[in-house]
Amino acid sequence: MKCGVIIFPGSNCDHDCYHVLKHVFNQNVEFIWHKEADLKGFDIIVLPGGFSYGDYLRTGAIARFSPVMNAVIDFANNGGLVLGICNGFQILCEAGLLPGALMRNQSLRFVCKFVNLRVENHDSAFTNDCTENEVLNIPVAHAEGLYYTDRETLDRLNKNNQVLFRYCSNSGELTDEANPNGSLENIAGIMNAEGNVMGMMPHPDRSYEELLTSADGAKIFQSVLNMVQSN
Amino acid sequence: MNEPIVNLNLAQEHGLSEEEYRKILDILGRTPTFTELGIFSVMWSEHCSYKNSIALLKTLPKKGQHLLVEAGEENAGLVDIGDGLAVAFKIESHNHPSAVEPYQGAATGVGGILRDIFTMGARPIAALNSLRFGSLKNARVRYLFDGVVKGIGDYGNCFGVPTVGGEIYFDDSYQGNPLVNAMAVGIVKHDRVATATVKNTGASVMIIGSSTGKDGIHGATFASEEISEASEEKRPQVQVGDPFTEKLLMEATLEMIKNDLIVGIQDMGAAGITCSTSEMTAKGGCGMEIELAKVPLREKNMTPYEIMLSESQERMLLVAQDGKEDEINAICEKWDLESEIIGQVTSGKNIVVKNNGETVADIPADVLVLGGGAPVYYRETKKPDYIDAAEAFDVNTIPKPNDYNSVLVSLLSSPNIASKEWVVQQYDHMVRSNTVNLPGSDAAVIRIKGIEKGLALKTDCNSRFVYLNPRTGTQIAVAESARNVVCSGGKPVAITNCLNFGNPYKPEIYWQFKEAIGGMSDACLALKTPVTGGNVSFYNENPMGAVYPTPVIGMLGILENMNHATTSFFKNENDMIVLLGENSGHVGGSEYLKLQLDKVTGACPALDLEFEARLQDCCLEAIQNGFVNSAHDTSEGGLAVALAECCFLNPKDNFGADITINETDRMDFILFGEDQSRVIVSLNSGDYGKLSSITEKHKVPNSVLGTVTSGNLKINALIDSNVNQLERAYRGSIGNEMDIEGNI
Repeated sequence: MKCGVIIFPGSNCDHDCYHVLKHVFNQNVEFIWHKEADLKGFDIIVLPGGFSYGDYLRTGAIARFSPVMNAVIDFANNGGLVLGICNGFQILCEAGLLPGALMRNQSLRFVCKFVNLRVENHDSAFTNDCTENEVLNIPVAHAEGLYYTDRETLDRLNKNNQVLFRYCSNSGELTDEANPNGSLENIAGIMNAEGNVMGMMPHPDRSYEELLTSADGAKIFQSVLNMVQSN
Repeated sequence: MNEPIVNLNLAQEHGLSEEEYRKILDILGRTPTFTELGIFSVMWSEHCSYKNSIALLKTLPKKGQHLLVEAGEENAGLVDIGDGLAVAFKIESHNHPSAVEPYQGAATGVGGILRDIFTMGARPIAALNSLRFGSLKNARVRYLFDGVVKGIGDYGNCFGVPTVGGEIYFDDSYQGNPLVNAMAVGIVKHDRVATATVKNTGASVMIIGSSTGKDGIHGATFASEEISEASEEKRPQVQVGDPFTEKLLMEATLEMIKNDLIVGIQDMGAAGITCSTSEMTAKGGCGMEIELAKVPLREKNMTPYEIMLSESQERMLLVAQDGKEDEINAICEKWDLESEIIGQVTSGKNIVVKNNGETVADIPADVLVLGGGAPVYYRETKKPDYIDAAEAFDVNTIPKPNDYNSVLVSLLSSPNIASKEWVVQQYDHMVRSNTVNLPGSDAAVIRIKGIEKGLALKTDCNSRFVYLNPRTGTQIAVAESARNVVCSGGKPVAITNCLNFGNPYKPEIYWQFKEAIGGMSDACLALKTPVTGGNVSFYNENPMGAVYPTPVIGMLGILENMNHATTSFFKNENDMIVLLGENSGHVGGSEYLKLQLDKVTGACPALDLEFEARLQDCCLEAIQNGFVNSAHDTSEGGLAVALAECCFLNPKDNFGADITINETDRMDFILFGEDQSRVIVSLNSGDYGKLSSITEKHKVPNSVLGTVTSGNLKINALIDSNVNQLERAYRGSIGNEMDIEGNI
């Protein structure tokens, strides 16, 4: 199995994603420079968090024109597993691989803290290691994390079980207080209709062992690895 | 080109004294050119030359077994942590720019200190800060506070360094003159440490990073004056930061160092090309010739004077290894950065600056720099009158409180004590996935991937104590930062400092400065934490007066094993709560006294450094033995506040405590006084014997305070408070203040 972590200019969670796959899960991982045009041989592609192109213009809006994104689109269209975390999620939305957009947080401030996520669909490539409605403790760190889309798309996401995570209280209730950015229906992470491209604002790459306050994020990576191994 | 005529008047307008101007004429044997005058004025400004502080700074203890670089030799201190790794760390002020343009002032403060770290080949792994503002009741203060926090956050977050800790205080003395001190910590393999010293004659001098613009010209000179209404006009002297370019610049720099492409490298901060060229050559005893027409510019028609003095951010000056220029260019191209050869290292001793072939400056590098020909002054000192008056204040005139519960709530909601989560949530404090103790702990703890050790980091200074007694107050700043590191499981090994004072030409201010340096020496010797470098910021005055003397300490500690990482909050019901050290009821300069009387007065708490060292050794040994479940330093707000924090800081669960303390006549002083050298630990009562044998060995008194419960916080018959209510007072306070409309 081979995993790839894309580096855009300004990516800053690239090392964390590399570390968790390489040293926590003992996988074969390579960094991929954003000017690469070929993703042959990879099983999993991660778009890490950070500030690609400084978040200038609009988050993810410039990175989506990086040469590697054409290859990511081909990879996804061929059924490859793509995981976008934070800025990676924003880039996937800009590239049209995921529906909707990430807007400025309702507070208009950057927010970094541990939040609770309720697993809404535990039967996906990205959540199969979780239990039904499990509450995961995973941190967020973003200024543009308010998930927004039109009503029709939202209905479709809900109907197809494409919403993977929602912000919730300790006990799993979907409250306004638990929503750190004002996301529509507390949405924290979604996947595409085909189920092979996922984006989430919270950072499983910062919560993969107890020393880091929570190891819940490891379940996301474990799920993806389970998926590849089962194929 | 029409340049102004250089004469004494113009020199004085540049902030040079008559004596200094005469010295320049002597050195050059002629009248300086306009460009040369600009160069001298920035290099001999307080900010660059340390002319009024260096003589005293040299008395600080600088030797220690872990130090790889001595203070002043390179851009930051370098401490060996074993396993072939070293830590580079430094703190710096950006007070003046932040006073007029809080967002960019703070942002570029972070950018500058990060460059100091990666210039040495170290990858920044943590950032901290130390901030001071006036009262949040003031709309302008809220504007400054909001802007500074945003500036620090936006820069560090985008760059990708976790801002893991810091401290923030609010006091009227900072009303017009906030303090913004930024600290950065980086890690480097011993064999990849880069230097700012060059000797290679003929080697190419290159500028990489951003192009050069007209921003920040004379920023260093501006930082060497008092803040006044006219300061607002200096807003254009504040630089503008671009954290995205800085991130690219760091990646490119580290790649060049890894591939051994460069001889030496120096970041461009204050005084830009002027400072970097003169410092690099003066250290190596060589010269440099540069051609300004080669410097990539942001705007047309910049004069040599402007190019030499520009403080445009995100630039580096480097000297290439022979024949490696193309590889350097290729790395810069990969990271979308400018790179240009602008000159050569020469065998002479002078910085020769040419503009299209015409010499515009020709100055011996050595005379420009600190430790070379830059002026060194000893200023007059006079003990200020307020000191004895404050010390004579009779604290027994403070009325005893009727309701201890409401005092506790008031203290917890005081912005100086209250939770800083409104701030820290705006900082990415987890990127790089090394953050073990989250902000709000006694010290930040970060792990280092691949080895067992970790780092404990803390910035600290209670400036009220320094104001009341600069010597003891500064000792306390060192001791408390070390104590915080110890409570988190680390051994304090070295400090960096940021000395924020008023105008050094005022004898009272210089007395404070001199006493503070003396106190720092005492404490650093006693605690074996040498000074690795730092920064002095004078002229922190506005028309209302000087700020409290604020010598901020940035403490570095090493955890031998990550298992030693300890947090401040209670973990288990029925755990025993034990105080290491003794209560004696010092209330001078306390938050309690400020709350009751709205005054900062009284005697600074006493500190016995020899005892403090034993207490810290004792606490660390207990932690390393593995039975200490929590350890918390008692500081602002005293014992009662510290106990309340132990009860509600646990993110998973709140606890209560049943506490019994020997009654005295002034229980308010015992509970809310700010005695030094005290630590609250919790442990399983079965381990008390082990703790006692350790405290006995170190001759440190311990007393059992009580037990962790699931109920209220109860102290004697005086306090019986619902912990959730205490937590709400503590957590909501600053956010509520900032929600008020009408910031200006």
